[in-house]
Amino acid sequence: MVVVYVEEAGELTQQALAFARFLAEPLHGFAAGEALEVGGVETLHVAEGEAFASYAPAAIAAALAELAERLSPSAVIAAGTQRGNEVLAHLSARLDLPFAANCVAATPGDLFAVTRVRWGGSLLEDARLDGGLKLLTVQPHSVAPEEASATTAPVERFTPELDDADLLVRVVERVPAAAGGVSLAEAKVVVSAGRGVGSPEGFAIVEELAGLLGGAVGCSRAVTMAGWRPHTDQVGQTGTKIAPDVYIACGISGATQHMAGCKGAKTIIAVNTDPEAPILASADYAVIGDLHEVVPAISAELRKAKGA
Amino acid sequence: MRVLVCVKRVPMTGGKIVLTEDQQAIETKHLGFAISPHEECGVEEAVRLIEAHGGESVVLTLGPPEAEEQLREAMALGVDRAIHLVTDGEEWDAQATAAAIVDAIRADEAASGPFDLVFFGNESADAGGYQVGIRTAYSLGRPAATGLKGVAVGDGGVRCEQEVAGGRDVYELPLPAVLTVLEGLNLPRYPSVPAKLRAQRKPIDSSSPERAPSRLEKARLVVPEGQSKEAVILGEGPAAAPAVVDVLQQLGAA
Repeated sequence: MVVVYVEEAGELTQQALAFARFLAEPLHGFAAGEALEVGGVETLHVAEGEAFASYAPAAIAAALAELAERLSPSAVIAAGTQRGNEVLAHLSARLDLPFAANCVAATPGDLFAVTRVRWGGSLLEDARLDGGLKLLTVQPHSVAPEEASATTAPVERFTPELDDADLLVRVVERVPAAAGGVSLAEAKVVVSAGRGVGSPEGFAIVEELAGLLGGAVGCSRAVTMAGWRPHTDQVGQTGTKIAPDVYIACGISGATQHMAGCKGAKTIIAVNTDPEAPILASADYAVIGDLHEVVPAISAELRKAKGA
Repeated sequence: MRVLVCVKRVPMTGGKIVLTEDQQAIETKHLGFAISPHEECGVEEAVRLIEAHGGESVVLTLGPPEAEEQLREAMALGVDRAIHLVTDGEEWDAQATAAAIVDAIRADEAASGPFDLVFFGNESADAGGYQVGIRTAYSLGRPAATGLKGVAVGDGGVRCEQEVAGGRDVYELPLPAVLTVLEGLNLPRYPSVPAKLRAQRKPIDSSSPERAPSRLEKARLVVPEGQSKEAVILGEGPAAAPAVVDVLQQLGAA
């Protein structure tokens, strides 16, 4: 049996279910507070109580620990999101077990043979995972999701025993984001530039092109570390992970740190003075040239095409 | 107040990751090293808190002798002193790492008093285990908030903000607490030359803890099959603009 922590119903949960089903059946689901509509599991176990009114990672882990003790599954699995990883890290600390985050594959056994991502996906690690109960999360978008079941699973509610310490950390308030322009994470077109732009003002030509394409502006880590753009504009392993239809990368060399953030792009167009730049090995199209000349020329050509 | 920040030395990988022949590590012969990015913001935050509230900041790393370089970097940013848990360069898994850090924190606190805050990166750039901070908090019996992009210390507590879809979630923790942070929390300062010189004279307390056996044991590293592409060259310089627009139109983007 495998228990799957369901943070929310959706594609990442379907991916985690597909991953879990490969390890052992039956699958049992676990959710905190709300009886989510989830299919494909024998039972959805729902932790009830005031503690679960908002996200409280230690309390959720305490509930999962209690459920795991009752059901004796061979593994507890979650999607490798910030919160999936956080809850499983709490569970592993509580039970003094190892925990493998962001796995792309696992083979069951006494020790699980797992393959997990490092460097935001730029490197893979084959590892052996110990522990009577195996704890792992599934790297998002590394396995095909299973189709959502037409019927939702029966719900079994329980009220876990909690310590005061489990209740210390919980979301007390949600501050809504200010409505802004096109969100970088969801934009269909992203135009990015690196430090070669030369100055914060140098981004004017990048903003112009992004505006003409109805897209968002991105940048490299070097740009945000120089203070030229806010961190929210950074595309990369430690910035925003994007998956646009078209990514136009201007004067960006293609460091692994950056590529970990844009490998979800369907098409990459690189503008670079260096025909040997690493980004050309990831790009679909390239223009060899100085972004200061090429980017305004593309904007001018777009205006011409629109005017025609 | 007293603030500890835990950092990890990681290679700056550049454009392509190359592995050692035994596939146990990244070939770093031609690479520089840095503090893992999220943790660099932890260092800056620790320094700002001490500048604002007074007290002492300490940086800790578990790593090879060369990791002294990252401790000096942190002290050049303004951290007062350092604790170096020296390893032979072999990787430690998250459980072993957290256990050694917990021992070091207890020893330092026994001598100098409790840390109000202990900072970690949300996850290291290289191993990305997402757990050392939480394990440390758990062993110390302290609350932990993770993935933070906002930290404000107030009366006896700390208000933390985490970016989520649609806004920011707020946590309010009592002190002492463990916080794991993300790049973007702040913009780390650039160290001045005098600050770098001062950092050379700041104290480092070194010891060599025993490594607990790995329970998540690395077998080997593999560079994923490159989706290495042969980019279609649309042209050189501004003359390529019409070809770019053609492609954008074909893709339905223009």
